[in-house]
This record gives sequence, C-alpha cells and structure tokens, in this order.
Amino acid sequence: MQDLQGLLAEYLPILIFIGIAAGLSVAMIVGSMIVSRQHPDSEKLSAYECGFEAFDDARQRFDVRFYLVTLLFIIFDLEVAFLFPWAVALGDIGVFGFWSMVVFLGILTIGFVYEWRKGALEWE
Amino acid sequence: MSELPIMGPALPEIFLAIAVMGLMMVGVFVKPDRALPLVSALAIAVLLVAGALIAAGGGGYQLAFGDLFVVDRFAVFMKLLVIAGSVLAIIMSEGFIRREGMDRFEYPVLICLATLGMLMMVSANDLIALYIGLELQSLSLYVTASLQRDRLRSTEAGLKYFVLGALSSGMLLYGASLIYGFGGTTEFGALAAHFGELESVPVGVITGIVFLVAGLAFKVSAVPFHMWTPDVYEGAPTPVTAFFAVAPKIAAMALLLRVMMGPFGGMVGEWFQIIWFVSAASMVLGAFAAIPQTNIKRLMAYSSIGHVGYALIGLAAGTEEGVTGILIYMAIYLVMNVGTFACILSMKVKGRMVEQISDLAGLAKTKPAMAAALLIFMFSMAGIPPMAGFFGKLYVFRAAINAELYTLAVIGALASVVSAFYYLRIVKVMYFDEPAEAFDPVETRGLKAIIGVAGVIVLAFIFYPSLLADNAAVAAVSLLQG
Repeated sequence: MQDLQGLLAEYLPILIFIGIAAGLSVAMIVGSMIVSRQHPDSEKLSAYECGFEAFDDARQRFDVRFYLVTLLFIIFDLEVAFLFPWAVALGDIGVFGFWSMVVFLGILTIGFVYEWRKGALEWE
Repeated sequence: MSELPIMGPALPEIFLAIAVMGLMMVGVFVKPDRALPLVSALAIAVLLVAGALIAAGGGGYQLAFGDLFVVDRFAVFMKLLVIAGSVLAIIMSEGFIRREGMDRFEYPVLICLATLGMLMMVSANDLIALYIGLELQSLSLYVTASLQRDRLRSTEAGLKYFVLGALSSGMLLYGASLIYGFGGTTEFGALAAHFGELESVPVGVITGIVFLVAGLAFKVSAVPFHMWTPDVYEGAPTPVTAFFAVAPKIAAMALLLRVMMGPFGGMVGEWFQIIWFVSAASMVLGAFAAIPQTNIKRLMAYSSIGHVGYALIGLAAGTEEGVTGILIYMAIYLVMNVGTFACILSMKVKGRMVEQISDLAGLAKTKPAMAAALLIFMFSMAGIPPMAGFFGKLYVFRAAINAELYTLAVIGALASVVSAFYYLRIVKVMYFDEPAEAFDPVETRGLKAIIGVAGVIVLAFIFYPSLLADNAAVAAVSLLQG
C-alpha cells in the first residue's frame, strides 16, 4: 500500500497537468461564447472558401493516391520521431545504439528505393 | 556500455533479413516479366540456406541479443518445420499465381518476411521479442491474404484477418503488460525465477496469462478464438491458404509451448484448465462444424481447428511426453496438410480451381493416382491406423492418459470418430460418385513431386517412427530443461 501511495504521488504532476489542460480549453471555448457578440446569419454560418461561394460538398471521394502519399509521408515522419530520442540518448546507448539506428535507416532506405522503383512517387 | 551484444546464434535470422531486402531490390530492378520466377527461385534458395544455417548452428542452449533470443534443440526442430512449410508453399503456388492474376514478385518476398517473423517467434525469450516476431509474421500474412486485390473474397479475407488479428494482438499485449506489471521483467528466465519464488500466484498474473493465451489461441485458431479461420481460408488464394494452414500454426504452437512451459511452467495447475477447455472445444467444434461444409477450403479450415485441439492435448498434459507428442503431431500435420493442399491446387475443371467437394466426384475413374494420394491424406487426417496421422494422435493421447487426463483423451477419441465422417465422405465422393466433368492435367512438376513425397512419408512413417520421435523427444527435453 505504501508503494502504491508513492507511485501515485509520482503521477500527481501529470494529473495536475491534465487538469490545467482541460480547464484552459474549457475556459477558452466558454469565454469566447460568453464575451464575444454573436449575430449569426446564413452568410456567416456557411462554409468559407477563399472568397467564392461554396459549390460542392466537402465530403467527397478522394483520389486513392492521396492516401498512398500520406502513408509514405507517415513512414518517414515516424523515422524522424525515432531519431530525436536516439540523438538525445546517443551518449548513453553507445556503439550498439548508434549502429542499431544506422541499420534501421538502412532498412528504411531499402523501402524507399522499393517505392521509388514501383512508381509510388509518380503522380501519373 | 558500448560493447556489441552476442549475435552469433541469430545468424540464420540475420542472414534471412538481409537476403529478403536483397530480394526486394532484385524484384524492382529486373524486368517486370522476369521478376517473379527469379525472385521465387531465389527465395527458395535463401530459405534453404537459412535452414542449413539453422541446422548447422546446432542445438546447444545459446542466448543472444541480451537474452532476448534463445536457440535450443526445440527451436531448431520447430524452425526447420517452419522453413519446410514456407519452401513448400512457394513451390506449390508456382502455377496458381501466374494463372490467377497475382503474379507479383512481392508474394515470395512476403512469404520470406513472414518466415522471418516465425523464426523469431520460435526463438523468442522475452515478451517484447515475442511480440515483434508475431507482428512481423502477422503483418506479412495479412497482405498475402489479400494479394488478389481485385477479388472481393480475397480482400474481404485480408481485412477480416487484419481486424481480428489486431484485436488478438491487443489482447496479447494487455496480458503481457499485466505479466510485466506483476513480474517486474519481460525476460522469460527471470519471470520463471520470480514466479517460482512466490507462494501463491497473484490474480493479476493469472489474468495476464489468460489474455496472453487468448491472443496466442487466436494465432493457432483454437476455439473460442477460431471465428476468422473458415472465412480467411475460404477467401484467401489457395496457395496462401496452404501456407496459412501450416507454417504460422507451427510457429504459434512453438511460441505457446515456450511461453507456457517456460515462465509459467511452475504454475501448470493454474493454467491447465484453460488449455484443457480450449483443446476439448477445438476438437469438438472441428469435428461437428466441418460436417455441413461443401467448400473444401472451409472444410480444411475446420479440420485444422480440430488438429490444433488434438495437439493442445499434449500441452494440457504439461509433461515432457506431452511436448514430444505436440512436436510429432505438428510435423505429421505439416506433411498431411501440404499433401492435401497440393492435391487441391493441382485439380482444375475447365480452367477453374476445384473448390467444391462435389467437384471431386469420380476422381478415382478420371485420375486414379491423384485420388489414391488424396485417399491416403484423408485417411491420415482421420487418424486411421497405418497412416502417419494415427501416430500423431497416438502420441498425444498416450501423454494424456499418462497425465491422467482421461476425460480429455475420451473427448479426443470421440471427436476423431466424428471427424472421420467428413474425411471419409471425400473418399466416398471420389470413389463412388459418377464423374461430372473431366479434370485438366496437372501442370507443374513441383506439385506432383510434393504429392508423391508427402504420400510416401505418410505411408512409410510406420516403419521409421523413431526418426521423428527421437528428435522430438530430444527437442522436448531441451525446452523443459532450459
């Protein structure tokens, strides 16, 4: 029980942080609803599209190639997300840590060459 | 701090990983029409070299990668079975993938990647290594299931497999996190030592084991986590189904054995009931649900659920003899299944694949050799004495009797009588029904060779049972002694 108390105490800052985050977002939304003057009319409530009238529903089918590009983007985005903690911890993880990341990058490069040769990066 | 960990024991896996990436590069850099035959041939060669490395590496107990990875006789035995299953799957699919519009070189590459995942599963010595291996295998399999991406059935099979597989991975991870929470480590040896010291097992650990078993039961398609199997087997392209039925089952069974007998080996009393129930339910469902099936791939799905049930009897026994029984059972299961699927794959009527059992009518008159081979495999699956399948059942049932699991052994015997009905129905359709349409000739030599060799093994096992049984016994000892 004593351990559990200590464990929960360690998580207290996170709880406080969640509380602040929730409180702040609620305050901003409610505040803008209360403080600002609101005179809604049909023009204000319609979708705004770079100055001209909205001419189509936004919920339409997209070309599947957008998804492909998005997926490829996510892969390399994740790679960067892995690189940051690796770079910070490089001093502690040593040679093995360094080469692990190099192997990982090598595997990603193989994947990149594959998608390139398959034509996934060409739009037409 | 900066020293590199031991990697020698994992040499076959490292070789396979590098070679698979090489295969991908070969595939995209040669001319598209030459890519598939070239990559297929290279993939078979690569898998065989990996198999040779595994065999040459020997079976002494070795740890690698900071105890994440273990090699012992058990691992060598299971890995060689997995490699055999993968190589045969690539050979069997040769004609099919060219004919059915899935002639992409990614297919052998994905099979190799899945095999790599399975090898890692067999050698996992840590909950995290277990998960990585399992996911590498599963992700490759999801893609191969939907490789005929312009066919509705194939994509449906892939999607179903993916969604349910993700669910099972989630359960497995939840179980692993509970076990980590109560054990304080993810390494199997340390977990075994930690749980060995406890006087009573905490409820949380038991919950964790239940979730872990649920996740793994999904992968071996044991009841009550079998729902995906018939749909995926039916929808996936037939050579892929043949692969699914063999290699992943063996790898997942190896993993289940290693986890249950390793870190949780000391608490057999706690998990024995779960395995008992899963085993009995799988046998019964596999026997009864297969009876109304008309599609031969669905039938094979239920048949494989039943076979997993029989194999799990050995785990429920929780003894060295039981583990030996499972190893023998899985090896024989591999041969029978590969043989049966080779028969299914080589039969065509007017250019379309045979999928209905009624299509087999009169096979004995039009193609006596094929009918005889299928007869042998069906008798073996049913467990009729001189065939290999009988000995598989014999070993696990004997382990059950010696462990005093009489009820389970009786359920198993009854289920195998019921399942004999549908295996024999196929024989009846082949031998006593009037032929409907003429069969096209078999086109690849690979299929003929596989059917012949598998048939001979199934028939000749009775004369040389010790070849397999001795190796299995040694492997079982190495698993239990660590």
